[in-house]
Amino acid sequence: MIEIKNLTKYYKDFCAVDNINLKVSKGEILGLLGPNGAGKTTTLRMLTGYFKPSAGSIKVDKFNLPENMIQIKSLIGYLPESAPLYHNMLVYDYLEYVAKIKGIGDREKRHDRFLKLSEICGLSSIMAKPISDLSKGLKQRVGIAHAMMTDPEILILDEPTSGLDPNQIAEIRDIIRTIGKEKTIVFSTHILSEAEATCDRIAIINKGRIVADDTTSNLKQSLEQDSIIKLSLQGASVEEAHTLLSNISSEIHIQHTEPSEKDMISFEIRGKNNKNIRSRIYLKIKETDWIICEFVKESQALEKVFQTLTKEVK
Amino acid sequence: MKQIKIIAIKEFKDYFISPIAYIVISLFLIVTGWFFFSTFFMYGRADLRDFFSLLPITFSFFIPAITMRLFSEEKNVGSYETLLTMPVSFTDIAVGKFLAATLFTATMLVPTLSYPIFISFVGQVDPGPVIGGYIGAIFLAGAYCAIGLFASSLTRNQIIAFIIGCAGCFTLTIMDRMLFFMPSKIIAIIEYIGANSHFMNISKGIIDSRDIIYFVSVIFVFIFSTYLVMHEKN
Repeated sequence: MIEIKNLTKYYKDFCAVDNINLKVSKGEILGLLGPNGAGKTTTLRMLTGYFKPSAGSIKVDKFNLPENMIQIKSLIGYLPESAPLYHNMLVYDYLEYVAKIKGIGDREKRHDRFLKLSEICGLSSIMAKPISDLSKGLKQRVGIAHAMMTDPEILILDEPTSGLDPNQIAEIRDIIRTIGKEKTIVFSTHILSEAEATCDRIAIINKGRIVADDTTSNLKQSLEQDSIIKLSLQGASVEEAHTLLSNISSEIHIQHTEPSEKDMISFEIRGKNNKNIRSRIYLKIKETDWIICEFVKESQALEKVFQTLTKEVK
Repeated sequence: MKQIKIIAIKEFKDYFISPIAYIVISLFLIVTGWFFFSTFFMYGRADLRDFFSLLPITFSFFIPAITMRLFSEEKNVGSYETLLTMPVSFTDIAVGKFLAATLFTATMLVPTLSYPIFISFVGQVDPGPVIGGYIGAIFLAGAYCAIGLFASSLTRNQIIAFIIGCAGCFTLTIMDRMLFFMPSKIIAIIEYIGANSHFMNISKGIIDSRDIIYFVSVIFVFIFSTYLVMHEKN
């Protein structure tokens, strides 16, 4: 559906996007993840035709940028960062203007579309309000309605949940997931849990380069192998416990940490092949008269991948 | 074509949503009304010559105030991005905005139609110069709106857009009065570039193709420059 090849963008001497290659297939939700200033917005802006790329090519469906700019623009629904709208207009007037520009000329069709959109985005109570009176979350919804006006095949959302409260974030994510069942969605975010919760695939971008591009489950799985086990014991001394644990396997790394309660000692155990290790730790401790108070595998979230990947490049 | 119409209508309506339209129209009527009628009875002539001769100067301050928001506001709020990513071309946007501003200036001139009606009660009015004057005023407004539009496309700050627009329009207005500063070789060129003489010709009731071509070229040049600026900035 979308094919980006060697896309590069320079702002004067500064290279904001550096040779990016991306493919998004139909019906996929792709999360573009990266720290601030990584080049997410720039990439999306080039994809929507707002910026001209310095080099590289973009192909959407069977159209090429920049020759088929207008066709591509009508294929894509775009929500820019922080949903900039016309503040002096009423929500209804604004949507009508957008509908007309996007070529829904027929009054009846427009009306049907508005009904559908206000149902999806929850706009029915604010249709007659000026946009300047709306809260940030409501503006964001109007922005999403704008992007979805013509029921486009591709939706591009730039940080759709930034600055919203947790309830609103959950609502917007629901909307994204609902639409994502049928449409291709590309959205950018710097919130990891969001990408984890909504995307099929994640591309991590840092300093204008793509540093990882894989399905969400694969990215998580690659970490699974060296996740952390937290262990807290009662009735043992640090040295004793340390020696006992060290004897289990040479492949693990044991670190003494601050216990969560008094009279306890805590360890963080890192190592490969967790399942086996856990049972071996348990069996070893069973032989002693120590009490296990905590014994958890801390599944490493994407946070870790993100941090390692974006730090490495620095 | 359809897109131009939709954008023009939206921009035109925008003027009347905010108080800008009413403030600008009232001020314009007060200023032109005062300058016109304060000397009208002294000369005892039943024509609108004084009104039209002042129009280029009043326009060069009022029109930039009308056009300053066209691009600057959108760039400042960020809605420019929303607009550009909808299926419209740069030309649609530039021409649509230009038409809205020109149409608004024409609306601003409508109440002044009461002047000739009023004068016709006190004396015999020659319709030729009046009709010519209004046609010329529309062309002049078009040219200045194009300059204002161009000024607005350069910056996201409305005040700067206003000042650049004023400077442009005012230069065109006073150019032919500054001829004695110029070397004699280029006087003819400068005189042709100035807007005043072309407007005066039309407002005398003489509609000459040269004057029409002049205004159409100014409009074209500045809309095209706006288009180039839009291209350059993305």
